[in-house]
This record gives sequence, structure tokens and C-alpha cells, in this order.
Amino acid sequence: MEHPELRKYFDVKGPFAFLRLAQMKRAWKQKNRRELTWWENTYIPSVVSGIYLTSAHFFRNFTLHVLHAVGLLKDIPAAVTYQYPEQPRPLSSRTRTRHRLTKREDGSPRCVACMMCETVCPARCIEITAAEHPDPNIEKYPAEFILDLGKCVYCGFCVEVCPEDAIRMDTGKLDTSEYSRESMIYDKKRLMEE
Amino acid sequence: MQDIWIKLVLACATISTMFGIAGLLTWVERKQSAVMQDRIGANRASIFGFKALGLFHAIADVLKMLSKEEFIPQGANKFLFNIAPYLSVTFALVGFAAIPVGDQLIVGGKVIELQAANINIALLFIFAMMSMGIYGVVLAGFSSNNNYAFLGGMRGAAQMIAYEITMGAAIMGVVMVFNTLDLQALVRAQGEYLMGGWLPKWGVFVQPLAFVLFLTAATAETKRTPFDLPEGESEIVGYFVEYSGMKFGMFFMADLVETVLVSALMTTLFLGGWQVPYLHPDGFYFPWGGQVAVGQLAVTVLGVLAFFAKLTFFIGMLMAIRWTLPRFRYDQLMRLGWQILLPASLVNIAVTAIVLVLLR
Repeated sequence: MEHPELRKYFDVKGPFAFLRLAQMKRAWKQKNRRELTWWENTYIPSVVSGIYLTSAHFFRNFTLHVLHAVGLLKDIPAAVTYQYPEQPRPLSSRTRTRHRLTKREDGSPRCVACMMCETVCPARCIEITAAEHPDPNIEKYPAEFILDLGKCVYCGFCVEVCPEDAIRMDTGKLDTSEYSRESMIYDKKRLMEE
Repeated sequence: MQDIWIKLVLACATISTMFGIAGLLTWVERKQSAVMQDRIGANRASIFGFKALGLFHAIADVLKMLSKEEFIPQGANKFLFNIAPYLSVTFALVGFAAIPVGDQLIVGGKVIELQAANINIALLFIFAMMSMGIYGVVLAGFSSNNNYAFLGGMRGAAQMIAYEITMGAAIMGVVMVFNTLDLQALVRAQGEYLMGGWLPKWGVFVQPLAFVLFLTAATAETKRTPFDLPEGESEIVGYFVEYSGMKFGMFFMADLVETVLVSALMTTLFLGGWQVPYLHPDGFYFPWGGQVAVGQLAVTVLGVLAFFAKLTFFIGMLMAIRWTLPRFRYDQLMRLGWQILLPASLVNIAVTAIVLVLLR
């Protein structure tokens, strides 16, 4: 509603107001469409303004690139892009990234092999082999914890369902890439590395 | 015998320089478009970790294209299919023979015109060669046995013939003003001055409308955006859709060589070729009274440098146009060519003729 006149006309209410509004807006635009003047029709002003815009960007960035090369004005970026592998994009702290298994103080996994994550996983990529824990205070522990990242959909259900805060998705690693499907399968050791 | 050797060296130097510039343009195109779009551009190809601002990408591209399979589609006319890319590149390159890159070079009492072939109808020669270049496009489209390539070839033929006429009509004004078809003589004639010695008598100042028309038609002639209908990247992929490997690379190069040729032609016709403002054969004579003596050789070198500076300016401009403007629709393209540019160029000829008669 950029135009005050539009606001006056299109104060529509009701459940399907948005449809009616779009229709009326289209009609208004069609009715009030401006004819191009002769000078605009020659396409020359558009060409000139377009080339002015791109050239302005070009010379600004080019000057900055040259100045960066000699070590000046490094804090003004000459490009808006991230140079990805060397310069990773900043991630939000809630971004779900590759999983890790958290540890107890003695270095063993916090996981108690309750099978909640394996049950909730929609992609069925988690496979836990439970074993009896020697400590009588802890019932079970995972003898093996296999997570197939080739199947994982990164939904984060496993993290939400875990009663022990034993699995987290906060490694900040998004670029898991391997040469074979087998090496996409992470075992307990690899998941606990970090 | 000595003359032949001089000519041969001159021809080789011109062709290899221009081809080198065209090869460099693959890099320039990437970098310029990247910088104007706030990106960095190709910078990953490296030799021993040394990147040279992405210059090695051009070499990597050529290596890739040379090592790809040369594929000829079933049912294609093999002879025409194979000859088309060579026609495109050859005729674009041959045009450079008649472009004067500098003034006379005097070595040991021998006068060498810095123009590979100083023929007295150089302008007609270049136009003939540029028209022949269309055959590459048309044959590639027609011989591929592919409907999309055929469409591209048809579009190419229609577009390039339409704009060729405008181009020819636009330069008639320049030819009438300077009264010659010999490009070296035409550049010499642009060494005069208007407005009491302040304004060089360059084509762009005496024929501004012809310059705009020629610039538009020449952009269309290079088959690049906003006139890339024969290619039509987003819909038909163009006359070279069936080409692979270095044959595709040659079409790609032909576009860039044509960009250089058209820029060189615009430099020669409208921006005084190798003329440096206020530089006469024995030094600078400034209209405000100053005077700087310059040696014979230095004048020639300055001229060659001026030519390449102007060439760079025009190439940069064509690149900026290519990366700025959106593509025309086919009917808009035809209307622009036949209904606007052609009548305007004819009007330009008529007005020029009347003014010339009145001034005499």
C-alpha cells in the first residue's frame, strides 16, 4: 500500500479480503498505468542509467580491490561474497549441524542407550547396540552408536528427545562430504571426537 | 622480398596481438562482471599455489576444451559442420589486416605503415569479412541436424543481415565527411581540428548520430547480450548447441574476436584511431599556446598506445553493456533494426549530404 489513494479505496474486510485486494490493486495499476514519454521510449535513458549504476559499482569495487592489494582500507569490503572454504559463513547458534555425542567427566558417553533417538528418527539413521554398564547407578551404555549421515535429514528430533543431553547438533560442521556411502556412516568414536 | 617479410611480421604481430586480446577477454569478462556485481570472480585455478588473479582460468578452459570429445551428431553434414567454426573465427581475424594500429614507422629510411594490408578500400574489405562471418553462424545452425540449432541459425541470419545494413549505412556518413574508404587516410583526416583548434575532428564529433547507430548495430553484430538471440542461452541455446570441445571454443572466441574487431573499427572510425589529441608529426601543439617537441619514433609509439587505450575503452564499454542490459525480445530486435536504426541511418546520410553541399 505505497499510495495513499490505494489505502482509501482498498480498505476491504472479510475472510477473502486478500484476494479481492490483489484483484483491485491490479485493476488500479492497469487503469493508472503511465504511458512512456517519447524520450523514455527511445530506451536511451534506461541504458544510460543502467550502465551508470553498474559502472559505479565497478569503479568503486575496483578501487577498493586495488587499495586492498596495497594494504589500505581493509575494513571496507569490496565484495559481498564469502570465500567459502577459507572464510566460512557465520552460522546462527541454533543452526542444526553435524551431530556429536557428549561425554561424562571420565570421557565415556553420556548416552544411556534408551533408544529414544533411534525410535523418533524419521530417517531411521541411528542404530544403537546397548550393553550393560559396569556402574550399578547407570543401567546401560551404548556399545556401539552408529549414525548414517547419508540418511540423516538433520531434523533435530534426536536432540530434542534425548533425556540425557547426550546427543547435540552443534559442531558447526555442515560440509560432511566423503568419497563413499560407507564413510558417511559415523560410529561412536567419530561422533565423540568433537 | 624485404617488403614481404615486413608485411608478414606485421600481419603476424597484428593477428597474434588481437587474438591474445580476445583470449584475455575471457578473463576480463569474468572479472569485470564479478567486480560490477560485488563478487570476486574466478580465482581458484592455480599453478603451485600461485593464482595470478585467476588468469590461469583461461588456460584451464583451453586445456579442458582441447581434451574434450569432438562430437558430431548423427545426420549432420560433416563437412559443413566441421568448417563452420573455422569460418567464424577466420573471417573475424582477417578483418584486422586492414585496421591501422599506428602511424608510419620509419626504420633506416624505409617507411612502414603500421597497417598489415594498406588497401585503399580497407573499410569495404572489413565489412565484407564481417558479412562472411555470418556464414559460420548460419552453416553451424543448418548443418547440425538439430531444430534448436536451426532456429539459432535462422535468428542469426535474420539479425546479422538486418544490422549489417544499418552498420553500412551508419558509416556512410563518416565516409562522406572524410571522403575516403582507406582507413589509414581516414585516420589521418581525423588529425584536423575544429572550433579554432580546440576540438579534434574525430568521427564522434562530426557524426554523433552515426556513432550511436554504429555502436548499437555493432553490439548486435557481436551476437552478445542484449542481442544474443542467435545464442538464446535461456531458451534454444543457439546455433552451436551441438558443438563440443574446441569447436565450441572457437565460436566462443569468434564472439570475443568480433568484439575486439568492432571496438577497433569504432576506434578507427569515430575516435581518431591512433591520433593523440594535439599531437602533430613533430610534437604537441596545444591550442592554449604551449608546444612540446616529440621525436619521430616517440610520436609513432604514442600513436600505437593511444590506439590500444581507445580500444580498451570500447571493449570495456561493450562488456559493461553486455553485463548490464537485459535481452531484447525477437520482435523488438527486428523492429529496432528495420524500423528505427535503418531509417535513422538513412536520415543521417541525407542530412550529412545536405550539410556537406551547403558548406562547400
